[in-house]
Amino acid sequence: MRWMNRLQKTLSTIVRRGSETARLDEEMRFHVEQEIAERVARGASPEEARREAVRRFGNRALLRDEVRRGWGWGWLETLGRDLRFSIRALMRSPGFTITAVAVMALCIGATACLFTVVRSVLLEPLPFHDPGNLVMVYEHWRANTSGNPYNPVSPGDFYEWREQTHGFADMASYYNSSLTVTGDHGEMPEMVAAQKGTWNLFPLLGVTPALGRTFREDEDQVGDHHVAILTWSFFQRRFGGDPSIVGKTFRMAARPYTVVGVLPEWFAYPDARTQVWVPYADGVTAERLHEHDNHYPYVVARMKPGVSLKTATDEVSALQYRMHMRYAGSPVAEDVMSRPMIDDVVKDVKTPLLMMMAAVACMLLIGCLNVSNLLVARGAARQKEMAIRGALGAGRFALLREQMTETVILCGCGGAIGLLLALAGTAWLKLHWRGLPRASSIHVDLTIVLFTFGVVGLTAVLAGVLPALSSTQRGVLEGLKDSSRGAGVGVSRVRLRKTLLSVEIALTVVLLLSAGLLLKSFVQLKTTDLGISGDHLLTLRYNLPKEIYTRPEQSVAFSQSLLERVRRIPGIESAGLGSTVPGAGWDGDEVFIVPERPKYESNKQPDAMTRHADPAYFTTLGVPLIAGRFFDEHDRLDQSNKVVVSEELVKRYYPGENVIGRTVVMGIDITNKKRTYEIVGVVGDTLWRVGQRTKATIYFPVLSGDTGYRATLVVRTSGDPLSYAIPIQKEIAALDPQLPVVDVLTIPEIVGESTVNQSLSASLVLIFAGLSLLLAGVGLYGVLSYVVTQRVPEIGIRIALGARRGQVLGLVLRDGLRPVVLGLLVGIGGGVAVGYVIRSLLYQTKPLDPMVFAMMATLLLAVAALASAAPAWRASSVDPMQALRTE
Amino acid sequence: MGRPNDLVQGTLGLLILKTLSLEPKHGWAIAKRIEQISNDVLQVQQGSLYPALQRLEQQGWIRSKWGETETGRQARFYSLTAAGKAQLGKEREMWTRLSAAIDLVVES
Repeated sequence: MRWMNRLQKTLSTIVRRGSETARLDEEMRFHVEQEIAERVARGASPEEARREAVRRFGNRALLRDEVRRGWGWGWLETLGRDLRFSIRALMRSPGFTITAVAVMALCIGATACLFTVVRSVLLEPLPFHDPGNLVMVYEHWRANTSGNPYNPVSPGDFYEWREQTHGFADMASYYNSSLTVTGDHGEMPEMVAAQKGTWNLFPLLGVTPALGRTFREDEDQVGDHHVAILTWSFFQRRFGGDPSIVGKTFRMAARPYTVVGVLPEWFAYPDARTQVWVPYADGVTAERLHEHDNHYPYVVARMKPGVSLKTATDEVSALQYRMHMRYAGSPVAEDVMSRPMIDDVVKDVKTPLLMMMAAVACMLLIGCLNVSNLLVARGAARQKEMAIRGALGAGRFALLREQMTETVILCGCGGAIGLLLALAGTAWLKLHWRGLPRASSIHVDLTIVLFTFGVVGLTAVLAGVLPALSSTQRGVLEGLKDSSRGAGVGVSRVRLRKTLLSVEIALTVVLLLSAGLLLKSFVQLKTTDLGISGDHLLTLRYNLPKEIYTRPEQSVAFSQSLLERVRRIPGIESAGLGSTVPGAGWDGDEVFIVPERPKYESNKQPDAMTRHADPAYFTTLGVPLIAGRFFDEHDRLDQSNKVVVSEELVKRYYPGENVIGRTVVMGIDITNKKRTYEIVGVVGDTLWRVGQRTKATIYFPVLSGDTGYRATLVVRTSGDPLSYAIPIQKEIAALDPQLPVVDVLTIPEIVGESTVNQSLSASLVLIFAGLSLLLAGVGLYGVLSYVVTQRVPEIGIRIALGARRGQVLGLVLRDGLRPVVLGLLVGIGGGVAVGYVIRSLLYQTKPLDPMVFAMMATLLLAVAALASAAPAWRASSVDPMQALRTE
Repeated sequence: MGRPNDLVQGTLGLLILKTLSLEPKHGWAIAKRIEQISNDVLQVQQGSLYPALQRLEQQGWIRSKWGETETGRQARFYSLTAAGKAQLGKEREMWTRLSAAIDLVVES
């Protein structure tokens, strides 16, 4: 309780500190007067009594100070005085103050911003019930030695896992799909991203809907009754947020769906694009629902209390192996692997985010070192002041405290501005980082503010302690002597600054190298040859719903008339139809059999990506013909058992053979006549996505009339391709007004779409590196200017003794470049290490890319030379007479 | 300068507490009393009383109140609190032990 008492006392004295001082004075005056009175009463003369009383009392001012210190607000007073002093000192040199605050604001802002993102995305638990016990379960092929051992699960496997193993509390599954939403009253048709989830997914996650309910078990069955759950954004956008939609129906995939519930606003799993959820079994056949060789769904599981993840996974894995043996010959994986759900959600952004966080931390450190350097220079300029104040009795601690106050003010102002920058930066990142998981949960809150405070404290210590120590460490006498004599000034301080500079440059080099590697990788991605030629290409996607286009003839007729109509548009040079264009992503793959070699090792069955193309597709895109022919108008409907294969497929499965006229059988049944195809042509390779390896590809004729396919119309135009978007969409609407058109994109846009995040991380790191380079340049300039100023007399003597200007220039340059070269060497070492750490982010770029290293080293040296040039020039133009006279 | 010697500084608190145990007093009276009782042996720098009083008050051992002296002047009167009484007991005991020990050493 005593501290309470003391606190109360302290507070009350702070509040009444003016009157308290007056009372103390009154008390002391009373004391002295009493003493005088007593002495007079004893017979002393008033004069003598007063003198004696005052002497006996002691130094009143000193005692008063002692009492006041005890009042508990002494430190506050000192702080106030320090603040006043520091602010006055900082105001005197606005250039320095603004520079330092700006540097700190940028660095602290960037750090706080990245930390905000890292915390919300990587560190905070998922917004589900007991998220620590949620895991994702995947199939794993033993032959899969790629970086990602986690393969999607087949629905048949999932159902067996769920029924036959008991290591997990429950398992649920989902897969993505897209559905066409149309209106009953001629509303705009649109294609929406959908997820198909098992009925128990939401209960397993512990998610309760904002409105209505989630799926019932009986709704997750193959059948004619269709239900859907809307996500909050779709509910708001398409249905105006009207709660009465629950229980009503809307048209999707040409069927009526009953809305059973609406998900809460925060729910953005598995991604924020998802608009609608339907049951797992919706719109598929029972056969499809239980197949084991088609892998696309994801499986979420909740761990059972007391059962370790390994035990549970091993049980599923054992079952999987039994299934692998049972379905020998078809692609069923041998093993099962699992990982925590949070790791699964952030898998693609963890490394880039941590890398950026590290880059920002480097920049922060560089900023600290730079401010530290500026402070050392300032300390040197104020050396005389310090010495005089020391001589007048200021303790070292007091001087140190004052200097630290200055640094804290600088960092504090920087931190405050930085926090604002962080707010803006976070908002910007949220907007521009495409597909950043959990982006909606990113927010700046008290933790971030506290973190910023922490960073401010840390930077203040980092930037302030060294200069403060160095400027107060010297003896008073030495300091006074030193400042009046010019030669050999502040050798230790110069050494300190150069060391700081070397560290700064080393860090800058590391950042520059990382940025260079990422940039080169990004440029590689951007300029990747997709395998197509020519520009002025426009692509438009649409899905022909199989519920409406039920007969193959209908599909073919639609495609045929669409192509005819589009080709009639003036300015369209050619038009073709395919399933998915190069660069636009994976579009399914399938195993096949080479009839001449029907035997293969388990899981080594030939596998190819499957695509569709019409006769004009390859020529429109400029995919070269290697052998044989493209499709022609006769390869349609029942004449369509022809395929065109890619060069990679020939290389891989028919090395050195002529494949034209040979047959392949798709699937696993060699006797399946319906799925036996003749190879009529070989075309050049195309990339399915920028940055991914070429994959063997089989093209089927679009005009085979497969019902319900996903199609991309490709046109080559004579002018700006985007100006043809509207005329083409009009033609589509004329054919089928209910058909939504999506992804109207040019090829560069498709490439840009898939490289937008690489572009983001490369540019951010480049910005950090650029700022660091600027800081390093300014730092170097500062140090050299300082050194030159200190050495003016010495240089004057040298010139007077006959040194040539060139020699002096060289002298100063050498002096300035030594820490640069040292920093460069250390930095290159660091850069090599960092290059290896981030190599998973690099595309066709080696961590030791000589061009990047050479360019970045040259860049740094150029900046360093530029920064040293001015001081060196100043040194070489010293007038010896002038220099010696000022001595 | 105005500081009491080390021995007195260590025991000034005890002297003040003891002086106040009889009745509340103002600062000057405390100084006088200490001098009188000790037959002028303990002559403290009178001013150093005030930092000591302030420390004791902050510890919660004494409290102060403004009041009138016999001569009708305003002065700050200090009095012992319950915690102060307890503290006085403790310090007295300690002092007795200490002085006895010193006696033993010095007289032996």
